Amino acid sequence: MSSSRYNLTHLKVLEAESIHIIREVAAEFERPVMLYSIGKDSAVMLHLAQKAFYPGRLPFPLLHVDTTWKFRAMIEFRDRFCREQGLDLKIWTNPEGKAQNINPFDHGSKKHTDIMKTVALKQALNHYQFDAAFGGARRDEEKSRAKERVYSFRDNLHQWDPKNQRPELWNLFNGKVNKGESIRAFPLSNWTELDVWQYIHLESIPIVPLYFADVRPVVERDGTLIMVDDDRMRLRPGEQPMMKRVRFRTLGCYPLTGAVESNATTLPEIIEEMLLAKNSERQGRMIDHDETGSMEQKKREGYF
Amino acid sequence: MQAVDLSHEDIHTYLARHQRKELLRFLTCGSVDDGKSTLIGRLLHDTKMIYEDQLAAVKRDSEKVGTTGAGEIDLALLTDGLRAEREQGITIDVAYRYFSTDRRKFIIADTPGHEQYTRNMATGASTCQLAIILIDARHGVQTQTRRHSFIVSLLGIRHVVVAINKMDLVGFSQEVFERIKDDYTGFVAKLGLPDITFIPMSALKGDNVASRSDAMPWFSGPPLLDHLETVHIASDHNLTDLRFPVQFVIRPNLDFRGFAGTVASGILRKGDEVTVLPSGKRSKVKSIVTQDGELEEAFAPQAVTVTLTDEVDVSRGDMLVHPDNLPHISSQIEAMVVWMAEQSLVPGRTYTLKQTTRQVTAEVAAFRHGVEVNTLEQRPVARLELNEVGHVQLSLTQPLVCDPYRTNPATGAFILIDRLTNNTVGAGMILESGGRDAWGAQPAPLLKLRESLITNTEREQRFGHTPVTVLLVGLTGSGKSRIAFALERRLWDEGRAATVLYGQNMRQGLNRDLGFTADDRSENLRRSAEVAKLMNDAGLIAIAAFVAPHEAVREKAKQVIGTDRVIEVFCTAPMDVLRSRDQSGAYHLADQGKIAQMPGVTATFEEPKSPDLVLQTDQINVDESVNRIIQMMKEKGQLR
Ligand SMILES: Nc1nc2c(ncn2[C@@H]2O[C@H](COP(=O)(O)OP(=O)(O)O)[C@@H](O)[C@H]2O)c(=O)[nH]1
Repeated sequence: MSSSRYNLTHLKVLEAESIHIIREVAAEFERPVMLYSIGKDSAVMLHLAQKAFYPGRLPFPLLHVDTTWKFRAMIEFRDRFCREQGLDLKIWTNPEGKAQNINPFDHGSKKHTDIMKTVALKQALNHYQFDAAFGGARRDEEKSRAKERVYSFRDNLHQWDPKNQRPELWNLFNGKVNKGESIRAFPLSNWTELDVWQYIHLESIPIVPLYFADVRPVVERDGTLIMVDDDRMRLRPGEQPMMKRVRFRTLGCYPLTGAVESNATTLPEIIEEMLLAKNSERQGRMIDHDETGSMEQKKREGYF
Repeated sequence: MQAVDLSHEDIHTYLARHQRKELLRFLTCGSVDDGKSTLIGRLLHDTKMIYEDQLAAVKRDSEKVGTTGAGEIDLALLTDGLRAEREQGITIDVAYRYFSTDRRKFIIADTPGHEQYTRNMATGASTCQLAIILIDARHGVQTQTRRHSFIVSLLGIRHVVVAINKMDLVGFSQEVFERIKDDYTGFVAKLGLPDITFIPMSALKGDNVASRSDAMPWFSGPPLLDHLETVHIASDHNLTDLRFPVQFVIRPNLDFRGFAGTVASGILRKGDEVTVLPSGKRSKVKSIVTQDGELEEAFAPQAVTVTLTDEVDVSRGDMLVHPDNLPHISSQIEAMVVWMAEQSLVPGRTYTLKQTTRQVTAEVAAFRHGVEVNTLEQRPVARLELNEVGHVQLSLTQPLVCDPYRTNPATGAFILIDRLTNNTVGAGMILESGGRDAWGAQPAPLLKLRESLITNTEREQRFGHTPVTVLLVGLTGSGKSRIAFALERRLWDEGRAATVLYGQNMRQGLNRDLGFTADDRSENLRRSAEVAKLMNDAGLIAIAAFVAPHEAVREKAKQVIGTDRVIEVFCTAPMDVLRSRDQSGAYHLADQGKIAQMPGVTATFEEPKSPDLVLQTDQINVDESVNRIIQMMKEKGQLR
């Protein structure tokens, strides 16, 4: 336990480290952007960024890559929060994908995610010529992320080359890139899921209500509970929406995000559930189940 | 996490407790097959960090590919996201893993592979407070053990645990343990690691990892996890030397100008006097701002924003320090460098050097020696290859504000970046400004002084004077140089043998390797004093004109020359006169922060306490000044 007055708690150390990273990127890059996915990790990252530049405004915009299939509650939250906080939010949807009506039902989760998320993100980065993009990913999320850098280097096609990553020593980050190249910066690298929740609790950070249990219309599909968020949801023969008390451990496109049955309506209850949970967080995220090692693959292609 | 036990307390108590945890970062080092992955897997497993689905997967894999035999779970598989990569030949580096107990959160820097070992280990070690060095009990201390220990000490890790693993394979023998412990203690002594703990364990079976081993009742120390939870790290932080590198200037409106940064060391308090380096400007801390309210004080590693009471010019790369506790400012540094690139480090090539929030251009001025990582032997080198370590001297285009890494890692560490590939190619640790302070250095043994066959009296008779050194000190613009050369002319015209030792001339020859830091000014004067002494020994009058801002240094110079042979003349005038006379524009440049540590502006000038003569050069002209010096020399009987 921290006893001496000049000793910080682990959350304070993590907070300071993240703020340092965010300021460093803002100082060394010409056109940084913060990728804002509306999830809890984004919420924490944004909160830290606001702390980093207080009492000034964020010296970079936020970017939300909208697949058009996000939960309605996410979009409401995003718009209200950014308005209230006076944040410069850029929203990008892949125009060709939209024209072709790419969706998870007709095209499958892989193709949908690839076109509406991965390709869309690259389009947005090119369009605005961002040279650094903050992401809320953590190293504890997945085995293959354990060695990810804080500054993850991307070539001019936004690709991640595992052989071409730079050693990172101390808190001295190397922000040199040539024109067209960029980095993804991960200020939450050293946070765990528990740290994130504890910090949200401690700092009273607003998050999307979908994280808390409520009665919601869901169908059970392939062993997963999928919420019927709007009338675009295509029900399979025999599927009947039912009202269940559920919440989400991660948020994404609603037809691809599994809910868990839960009674947790407060942060301590969520944390309690998490501590007692028997299975890891990513089970709720269907894109990972498509193929093994898919995160690694996605990363190389440019989606984180 | 499959079984966090919340039955004895409610979640609120649990949260309250877990919000007060400390963070400990540690490194695991071992050769292949010493059991490093097994140990990490064991720590994660025994602290309940593994979910059931993950454990089930590992159980399945254990039967397929495990190395542990029937029934036993191969915990090494838990962390083996990297093994596949190793097979694919992808650069393996540092993997970070996380677990926590009631008392602390831990970050493990796991550095597998041994080809790139030095580079990976240095990278992993750079952020760690503690290192676990694994030794296979069957093999004892190996070459690699030495290498690991050296890198640990090089990177300044203060706490070391020597984990003597696989004790189950040596019958849990105390004798084996003691023998390895003695071996290790023997060779490690010269590395000066301050805190070493030995623990016998079996990572595979869990003995002395999370819980005490029944099989080794002879071992009375705590098991590894207890040690990790309790090892005292609070005093590792440097709370003495305030160093605040400015990262970002926050200017939301005209009334607010905040300097954002992370406190690198020391304690910054509201109301503190601070000096901005390298400009040397002074101001006071007006407030320490955070979104959670203003602070009375901030310390490492807090990230805060500082406002000052004056409108001084401060930007990214500057450092705020206390005026009575200054770091080194130098464009010439001595450092240990770990080389991390295929293309070797050679003299003459320039690199970008990043230290704190500052970037300068650096090149190798000299290779002092290389260090053989396995044997610690020093050998001469002309370049550094991938994974080699060496002591080098670097020349920088602009001065660095820094401390020795040993006393302050946050301001003593740097990275080198290749300017073509943009890659990080080297890691450096600044050394004590080694060898600079030569005043007290002892000459090598066995040297003998030989007396000249000409006596001092003979010389005095021939030249008609006592060979003395006229030491003219004073600030830039005080007139000391003009007086020096006029005095030389006058003495010459009177038939004496005299010569001027002029600071700027010395700096272009004998002292061309010196800059203008306090250390370098001091060395400049020491060498000049030695030259003055040689001249006096030869019977000449030496006229030395130096700023020489420090009384202590002047005293030492007098002792070198011989106190009774020195006449100290203090040339002085009011500051506005000094500034108006300054042709080189030095004051102006110092005001703009372009010259660091300019005495009288951004560095102190201590007036001589008891000079032989004070020349108020705004009141008397050069001729009169010369007259007075000559007159005094005559009174002292030095001129006949
Ligand atoms: N008997 C015994 N075997 C061990 C112990 N620790 C590790 N091993 C075995 O040693 C081998 C190498 O272990 P591993 O953890 O993969 O080593 P690494 O290369 O250092 O990561 C594996 O077969 C382990 O099961 C131990 O304490 N006792």
